[in-house]
Amino acid sequence: MTAQTRRLPDGGRIDRGRELTFTVDNVEYAGHPGDTVASALLANGRMEVGSSIYLGRPRGIVAAGAEEPNALLQVGGECSEPMVPATVRALVDGLGARTLSGLGHLDPASDPEQYDKRFVHTDVLVIGAGPAGLAAATAAATGGARVILLDEQAELGGSLLASGEERVDGRPALEWVADVTARLEAFHAVTLLARTTAFGSYDDNYVLAVERRTDHLDEPLTHLSRQRLWHIRAGQVVIATGAHERPLVFAGNDRPGVMLADAVRTYLNRYAVSVGDRVVVATTNDSAYHLVGDLLAAGVDVPVVLDARPVLSERAAETAVSHGVPVRPRAVVVATHGDPRVSAVEISEIDDGGQLVGGRDTVDCDTLAVSGGWSPVVHLHSQRQGKLTWNAGIAGFVPDGVVRNQLVVGSAAGEFDLDATLAAATDAGFEAAGRQGYPADVAASRGVGGWCGPVRPVWLVPGLDGEPGEWREHFVDQQRDQTVADVWRATGTGMRNVEHVKRYTSIGTGQDQGRTSGVVATGVIAAALAGSGAAPDIGEIGVASYRAPYTPVPFATIAGRERGDLFDPTRTTPVHGWHVDHGAEFEVVGQWLRPWYYPQQGESMDDAVRRECRAARTGVAMMDVTTLGKIEVRGRDAGEFLNRIYTNAFKKLAVGSARYGVMCRPDGMMFDDGVNLRLSEDRYFLTTSTGGAAGVLDWLEEWSQTEWPDLDVVFTSVTEQWTTVAVVGPRSREVVSRVAPDLDVSGEAFPFMAFRETTLASGLPARVCRISFSGELAFEINASGWYGRALWEDVYAAGHDLGITPYGTETMHVLRAEKGYPIAGQDTDGTVTPQDLGMGWVVSKTKDFVGKRSYSRADTARGDRKHLVGVLPVDGSTRLPEGTQLVAPGSPSAPTDGPVPMLGHVTSSYQSEALGRPFGLALVKSGRERFGEVLLAPIGDRLVEVEVTSPVLYDPEGTKRDG
Amino acid sequence: MLLLTCPWCGPRDETEYHYGGQAHVPYPEDPAALSDEEWAQYLFYRDNPEGPYAERWSHSLGCRRWFNVVRDTATYEVLAVYTGASPDSQVPGTPTPGHPGGPR
Ligand SMILES: [Zn+2]
Repeated sequence: MTAQTRRLPDGGRIDRGRELTFTVDNVEYAGHPGDTVASALLANGRMEVGSSIYLGRPRGIVAAGAEEPNALLQVGGECSEPMVPATVRALVDGLGARTLSGLGHLDPASDPEQYDKRFVHTDVLVIGAGPAGLAAATAAATGGARVILLDEQAELGGSLLASGEERVDGRPALEWVADVTARLEAFHAVTLLARTTAFGSYDDNYVLAVERRTDHLDEPLTHLSRQRLWHIRAGQVVIATGAHERPLVFAGNDRPGVMLADAVRTYLNRYAVSVGDRVVVATTNDSAYHLVGDLLAAGVDVPVVLDARPVLSERAAETAVSHGVPVRPRAVVVATHGDPRVSAVEISEIDDGGQLVGGRDTVDCDTLAVSGGWSPVVHLHSQRQGKLTWNAGIAGFVPDGVVRNQLVVGSAAGEFDLDATLAAATDAGFEAAGRQGYPADVAASRGVGGWCGPVRPVWLVPGLDGEPGEWREHFVDQQRDQTVADVWRATGTGMRNVEHVKRYTSIGTGQDQGRTSGVVATGVIAAALAGSGAAPDIGEIGVASYRAPYTPVPFATIAGRERGDLFDPTRTTPVHGWHVDHGAEFEVVGQWLRPWYYPQQGESMDDAVRRECRAARTGVAMMDVTTLGKIEVRGRDAGEFLNRIYTNAFKKLAVGSARYGVMCRPDGMMFDDGVNLRLSEDRYFLTTSTGGAAGVLDWLEEWSQTEWPDLDVVFTSVTEQWTTVAVVGPRSREVVSRVAPDLDVSGEAFPFMAFRETTLASGLPARVCRISFSGELAFEINASGWYGRALWEDVYAAGHDLGITPYGTETMHVLRAEKGYPIAGQDTDGTVTPQDLGMGWVVSKTKDFVGKRSYSRADTARGDRKHLVGVLPVDGSTRLPEGTQLVAPGSPSAPTDGPVPMLGHVTSSYQSEALGRPFGLALVKSGRERFGEVLLAPIGDRLVEVEVTSPVLYDPEGTKRDG
Repeated sequence: MLLLTCPWCGPRDETEYHYGGQAHVPYPEDPAALSDEEWAQYLFYRDNPEGPYAERWSHSLGCRRWFNVVRDTATYEVLAVYTGASPDSQVPGTPTPGHPGGPR
């Protein structure tokens, strides 16, 4: 095991009382609670991580947070996790991981962890718990508002967790953080969430955040979900998400040991890790001078500070004097040396035009800390279409105006000075709470720190030789291995738009989504275009759109508990248990589980369906049709309403009678169908397709409420209230007479399309209909769903000696298709009229109804529309796959002939027991004029001949209907 | 995720609602009297402005009532919720949007 040789003897926010061991790439290391994997690796002297994705170049840890481009891990476990930045994963005892070269591995194992969700409302949501967020949350909470303060870090404090000499209210900043945290915890209306990343910001202040609840625990607590997805609806959102430091672009800027200055400082102050013994600092602004002071205080050698600005700022000059460190103005790094970690850097001066001037020096070092300026973390603002503007003072994109009910504070708003941030954030907290009705006013804390000063943006340090198009070691996006040469290639093709360059080069598309490279890329694009006419400035180029999620979120977290059986509700009928007991295979229809067929011992599906069909056509069979949608329509104007909705008339339907009805959209296209009963003068009972029930109810409600509110009519879904058993076949009358002895089931007393109320032999009140979806004599018995299974079992027992055979949806489909009965949504697709289906008889010529006007439109009235027809494979044996296209014989079909003219397609296809052959239904252009014609069906590489026929293939005369 | 205020139920998440397209496009009084072009206008053509847009919503997972919303299609800000022919035509005694007693 390696030792923590880089750990400082004291300081840092780690628990030195415990030592943790972990392995990365099978090497054992030690660390402490409070470490990230990255800080512990650095404490053990390991800088290098996985080599780069395409070029295989050695890479090191660059950052100390979510912006890290290189240090990606595959973290082991029962289900390993890919693409985890070592800079954010908390160290736990026994952690095992391997470094990645830009690509993780999605573990096919099932994730055994629990994930859950919470849905909360709050007056004020503060995102980010650095100085700005803490001040804003405190201000908002004092007036009594409900406040949620969340932060991605393990503890509150944000940038102050890495602070050194910064002070608030005259004390070390971290003491203030502790005090404020304690104050916030005391408010009962305040929720503090650490380890929680707000990753998506949506309309009306709906924010999604992921809380990592167990990854930091050595012993997983089985009662805790691993991650929790917070759905937060906030009255006001205060964005205090800070800023990311930018790297500098120069030759060899990806060498291990080249790190962001603030990351070096974070490892030093927060984790008590000195990443090197001799650190050169290269900066474009004042923020790196915080690091210089801290390094020297920790005994780390700083041989030189390179400041790109032409004149030393007050801060730079003071550092030079007080610490005795050489600070060189106009100085940049032009090359790095090392094997692979940096061992020396070459230094040059850069003039105001960005050209290298004068000689070069070489300085030995083991670390190069760079600061190319800061990019405010404006992602959540941008996700809500908040505008950005270029702020030349800080050389960064900042929010331009505000999103409704949002405020942006601190460095996210481009304010780096600690005192100004505390004042503005306190005001923002008051403002947010005040808007919610909780005014408050207390004095803002006063701070010292947060240096930034004037920034000299240096987007591109020229190479020592060659042209920019050849600078292949000037890295813009380390994770995507993209360089200045790649940007030049993109702009060379004529691209000027940052979104185009992003997609052409892939800059910003990695796991880090360009957190460090995005604005740098914009700067390099600006440099590339600078020579061209009407060159855009950097603000005009802008940055590629920021989209959710801000950091990657596992699909398991998004799914939460809605996986497996809980993914979608399953609806079953009261008879379901019987179906299971009798070996049914099930089919999913909408959310319903319906028996598909009931295989007996040794039967294939085809065998079972043939047996079930035979029973229905020659004896008696039964089916659970409870899933058909059922809607009661009640009111004085129920008949008038249905007359307007259905294509045929219902107003004058006699009480006790049933009628098949079709409803269409205003464009005349069929939408659903079903058999409807008239229960009484003001009550109808509609049935709908199984999948269409909810849509039909919505449709009726819509027309009732929005078009005809004057009609007295109400709608009630009663699908679940009734269990319906279809009894089908020539011997069905006998079975029904046994189950319903009080009912006269003779053809004269109980004609087709009538229904009767009766009391069954069991004492159960029932409504019996003579309806057929098979062409056979058939009855449907409806009784209360509470007694559904008893009803089913009674029918089964009553038909036992007649060989009554339960059948499923497959047999139902065969029987109805043999009769040419279409199914809405299978044989129709929203472009089919009743006339197309050969059901002109169901379309009233006298009354008006929704869609009627459309039948005189030219497109609807033309003769060559697609018609529903039967199709018979000429070979008598091929079962056509549903969806098979149909083409005319002799259609040119070579690739050079262009698209083959399609005449239609097969919508339903089955093996018919009654016909002894496969058959299908199809929608075919001018189909009714093609009866007898042979078309071709391309199946795989075969062309199968099919004959077009009438869709009614079984008992066209209807002799079976009355038994 | 829009926050829409049902005139009957109060503020609820967008996922409780069903969108119904442009408001105030009534089913023609006498479709048979329309030319093909006029009927096609009703069937197929709707406005698509950038800015305020009157549209229909139904609280389909709640009270199942339809109502109208004026929403800015660029900012997604809901400018009015109403049940009558226009935001100003709210009938006295019928539900008005919003909770009594302020923004909580
Ligand atoms: Zn409602």
